[in-house]
Amino acid sequence: MITKRIIPCLDVKDGRVVKGVNFQGVSDVASPVELAAHYSDSGADELVFYDITASVEGRKLFTDILRQVASQIFIPLTVGGGIHSIEDFDRVLKCGADKVSVNTGAIEDPDLIARAAKRYGDQCVVLSADVKRVDGEFRVFAKGGRVDTGMEAIGWIRRCVGLGAGEVVVNSIDTDGVRGGFDIEMLAAVLDAVNVPVIASGGAGGIGDFIRLFRELPDVDAGLAASIFHFGEVEIPVLKQKMKENHINVRL
Amino acid sequence: MIAVIDYGVGNLFSLVSSLRSVGAEATVTSDPAVLRAADKLVLPGVGAFGDAAEKLRRTGLDRLVREEAARGKDLLGICLGMQLLFQTSSEYGLHDGLGLLKGHVVPMAGVIPASLKIPHIGWNALHFVRPCPLLRYVRPNDCVYFVHSYYAADCEDSLVATTEYGAELTAVAARDNVMGCQFHPEKSGRVGLAILRAFCEGAAT
Repeated sequence: MITKRIIPCLDVKDGRVVKGVNFQGVSDVASPVELAAHYSDSGADELVFYDITASVEGRKLFTDILRQVASQIFIPLTVGGGIHSIEDFDRVLKCGADKVSVNTGAIEDPDLIARAAKRYGDQCVVLSADVKRVDGEFRVFAKGGRVDTGMEAIGWIRRCVGLGAGEVVVNSIDTDGVRGGFDIEMLAAVLDAVNVPVIASGGAGGIGDFIRLFRELPDVDAGLAASIFHFGEVEIPVLKQKMKENHINVRL
Repeated sequence: MIAVIDYGVGNLFSLVSSLRSVGAEATVTSDPAVLRAADKLVLPGVGAFGDAAEKLRRTGLDRLVREEAARGKDLLGICLGMQLLFQTSSEYGLHDGLGLLKGHVVPMAGVIPASLKIPHIGWNALHFVRPCPLLRYVRPNDCVYFVHSYYAADCEDSLVATTEYGAELTAVAARDNVMGCQFHPEKSGRVGLAILRAFCEGAAT
């Protein structure tokens, strides 16, 4: 049976990974290539690269780096950040990305999902949704979680899947950075609404949070986190061993 | 030299990189002369079966691949490229494949429980059906990365390994010098590279 995926997310700015501490055997933790190789060797099932660069020069650096990563790391790579057009899809796919995640770009132009899915296939288009509770409903936020779009989130996600998004990353702003565990309630609502893979993001503070995620929500497909992996608080081989001991199907 | 057949389907960057990383000299080409001169051929593919089969026909590469396979040249189909090795597919209408392996490509919907998501995306374990040199560096239950909604059925002749997703689905098929992987070896980490290495070293039976 298909295994549950563990996905580290790397934020890249001006060609360097933002945050991160020292790992044994990794000489430069800010090097996307070295860090990606470390995670791949540790058993990460997929990597997400998020381009947080604002400048044109930074964009160019990002694609150079992506090409280097993709020529050495042979696991699925998802790329997000600054994706607003088919040209953006094309730019990162040519450099070795397997999937492209859209967030604000889809909010500004939902048809982007349909155009990209038609051209590259549903499996290539990932909707990333930043979601927060406002006035008793789940609300979609744009621009890195700073702007309330006023849109109800579950309907938005369902609409995007209808347009062709083949996978959904649900990032709970309410639990993000709190390290108190994933947002089980929000994820359950999304899982009820769509029948494509759902990736949980926001709130992982330790191994127990992943175990709880996959036990309470057997239909969730993957858990994504950044800082707990980069700071070395959770090591992927240990996490996966614990998952296995808890009868969660993982790739060891 | 290994030639990856370029017929305008999908992105071949990772595939070529992965072949090079196992020490092979690899090139992407649609040039018949280069394809005929190559030691081995890789048929990649993503997207819909009908479109891909049509592109192969339009470029005349379907005939070339059949001829080279008949001459005994090793051929590895990957993902949709593997499905194209079979006789037909019923993806959006009935389409002819290359007919190099016996079997028919059919939707997994209806075969697997309705509760399971389609496409089948992610890492899943290989179950061996019969020994095959292509898998000589792979252990039973090693995981590889799948992305597909259709699978090859009625292919007992060439069936080498399956994966379980509500039903046993064809994962690897091989007969003589014609081989195929439903999953993406170029995205399957250490295990995928080991399969590519075996192919590059020679895995025909």
